[in-house]
Amino acid sequence: MSVLKTTDLTKKFGKFTALNGVNIEVNKGEVFGFIGPNGAGKSTTIRVLLGILKATDGEAKIFGKDAWKDAVEIHKRIAYVPGDVNLWPNLTGGEVIDLFVELRGTNNKSRREELIKKFDLDPSKKCGTYSKGNRQKVALIAAFSSDADLYILDEPTSGLDPLMERVFQECVMDAKNEGKSILLSSHILSEVERLCDKVGIIRQGQIIETGTLDELRHLTRTSLLVETKQPIPALGNVNGVRDIVMKDQALSFQVDTDELDNVMKYISQFGIVKLESAPPTLEDLFMSHYEGVGKTSDSGAGGAL
Amino acid sequence: MANQSYHNTGRLSRFIVRQDRIRIPVWIISLSVLSFMVAMAFTDLYPTGLERQTIAETMKNPAMTAMVGKGYGLDDYTNGAMMAHQMLLLTAMAVGIMSILLVTRHTRADEEDGRIEMIRSLPAGRLANLYATISVSFGTNALIAIIIGFGLYALGIESMDLEGSLMYGAALGATGIFFSAITALFAQLTESARGTMGYSITVLLLSYLIRAIGDVSNETLSWFSPLGWVLGSEVYVNNYWWPIILTIGAAIILVALSLYLNAIRDLEAGFIPAKPGRKYASSFLKSPLGLALRLQRTGLIAWAAGMFILGASYGSVLGDLESFFTKNEMMAELLAPVEGYSLTEQFLTMLMSVIAMICTIPPLMAMLKLKGEEKKNHTEHLLSRAVSRTRLMGSYLIISVIGGFLMLALADIGLWAVGNSVMDEGVAFGTIFSAAMVYLPAMWIMIGIAVLFTGFAPKLSGLTWLYLTYSILVVYLGGMLQFPEWMAKLTPFGHIPKLPVEDMDFMKVFMLTIIAILLLAAGFLGYNKRDIRG
Repeated sequence: MSVLKTTDLTKKFGKFTALNGVNIEVNKGEVFGFIGPNGAGKSTTIRVLLGILKATDGEAKIFGKDAWKDAVEIHKRIAYVPGDVNLWPNLTGGEVIDLFVELRGTNNKSRREELIKKFDLDPSKKCGTYSKGNRQKVALIAAFSSDADLYILDEPTSGLDPLMERVFQECVMDAKNEGKSILLSSHILSEVERLCDKVGIIRQGQIIETGTLDELRHLTRTSLLVETKQPIPALGNVNGVRDIVMKDQALSFQVDTDELDNVMKYISQFGIVKLESAPPTLEDLFMSHYEGVGKTSDSGAGGAL
Repeated sequence: MANQSYHNTGRLSRFIVRQDRIRIPVWIISLSVLSFMVAMAFTDLYPTGLERQTIAETMKNPAMTAMVGKGYGLDDYTNGAMMAHQMLLLTAMAVGIMSILLVTRHTRADEEDGRIEMIRSLPAGRLANLYATISVSFGTNALIAIIIGFGLYALGIESMDLEGSLMYGAALGATGIFFSAITALFAQLTESARGTMGYSITVLLLSYLIRAIGDVSNETLSWFSPLGWVLGSEVYVNNYWWPIILTIGAAIILVALSLYLNAIRDLEAGFIPAKPGRKYASSFLKSPLGLALRLQRTGLIAWAAGMFILGASYGSVLGDLESFFTKNEMMAELLAPVEGYSLTEQFLTMLMSVIAMICTIPPLMAMLKLKGEEKKNHTEHLLSRAVSRTRLMGSYLIISVIGGFLMLALADIGLWAVGNSVMDEGVAFGTIFSAAMVYLPAMWIMIGIAVLFTGFAPKLSGLTWLYLTYSILVVYLGGMLQFPEWMAKLTPFGHIPKLPVEDMDFMKVFMLTIIAILLLAAGFLGYNKRDIRG
């Protein structure tokens, strides 16, 4: 069941097109990783979803309701953490958490205390004295101590230390296990890889790739390290094999994932002594998209890689 | 090796001057120009001794003494005596605030943000930053003393001689130096910039208050206030130098103490423990209205007190008004006599329009705070929760409208209470009250304009202030400068019937209210439709 869905979402600021037909869909109980370089349109998409910016074209729906018109109704069931948390310097962290939780309507006081402890925050200090990480904790505690159905998290961990990042990941997993949905925009690819069921990559206001991590991996190459009894002749002529490097006795090369079967059949004829394979990391995927200038038009056409 | 602590002080001083190369000159120029202009205005307004003596009479009341300080030389109220009496204290307070801001900015604020850490990791002495800041602040105050001192003398006003003028400047400079030292001390004691500024300003206000009470009731008490010392120098009348020297001496002791405390404490630590705030929000805070009110609480209270004092100080001059107007040509020009009404009543109508316009400042600030919050990315926290834009803007509007009413009412009560106590024949409270409240629709139109800008073009909302400034100029000075009638009609304040001299015009007031409502409605519509920046 779709919790969040955008259809050809377009946002223009004057002549500048920030979003150019963005389509994303988050289902119930799903963690959706939203990744892309700075200025690609992640925060703009999120702000349109929150009804803070008005879409120029296309539609954004959350819980089947219009993100702009029914903003208040929708917001009763979502929790949002901005990437850059700006708070009122003369209010304490505890006061801000209470205010935020209260403004959503529902309250979960026991969760508040537990989270304050988990995130190791001193709620009696004024927000003006907090570091970036501590301000982020305030927003995270407020978000996770409210019983939302959808969490929208915009680079929520950019100021957290590794320990706190783990607490955050636990919170996300807890929410997911309770059947909540999460839209997580992040730069930390290991985090996305660990948490997300689906990933959408945005560049220059367009989604250039979307799907489960497994699906995306199919679109790319697998690294193989093979040592055989007999030398493999003309490996370079086999379809889908690239970047062959001799390493001592072994050969290291990359295979287009959809050609993997043929390649394996071919090399097995030569008597495999050792075989190591590494799946492409999200980083490989990400880099191949970011570095490949002018490939945005081939959206979804993995063969171009 | 003792010099190690001060290593690179000179370079840091130049760096501070470089950072404040706009701020410091702006303060110096505005304070000097203000002093020179007022000195010249006094000579223009009251050219003869007789007129000055009339003014001296109106000043001889406790309200005035509490506000501007004890008058010296009231029997021979020369321009110099007048300047020292009416301007010195308030200018000194401004210099004090300047010094507090300057020292806080370069000591505790820099330390809190981690900039001092960067400096200290370089080959700079442990005390170099504090010492450099104090040097720059003392230097700035010395410049103010010299520029204002010689400047006032250069105006060539009779009775403002070289010694007196230099002393006037020195009194200002000494106040600034004293409060620089106070701030330097609190920068060591507290752990935050807010604390440093808060405690220092509290000392400034307490000094004012102690002096006010002392001046009215018990002169010895005034000597417990540094502001009392400065006024006790009796500038232009007796020119006592010792209170100035006392002030500077006290400042030097405070500086030595703060250097000592700075030397023995850890970086980013303080001596007064930061007091923990509330762990939970009060139920009052938990709504957009509560939050908006909480954010503006201190400011609104300060304005409310200010408006009451404004009303009270206008009220204190009502007593001697008749005799004053008949003797002063310039003031008589301001008011053409109307049959059947006393000059006091006529003056009241003019006062009311001025008071109403000044009372419009806090409600406008309250309304435009919404735009400021958006700029600081604070509104996204609220709008991303179950808060509609109408509710958010409405919260600010409520504070603005109720605040505006309270400001006007307080100014009015101050005016009536003090006015009645000094007048032979008092004015009924109802008369004064309705004369003030009739300006509410004009205030609402100004609020409506602020709402309109917030709704459609938040970047242009500064124009609201320009419009209010125009209104004040045209309505206040229009009569004197003989502006054409239509210029006054360009502001809502020019359309309000001047009670009690003019008759109530319900139609006009009703129309103004309708215009205000239309502006508000349009602004809310725009705010609901536009993109929010943050």
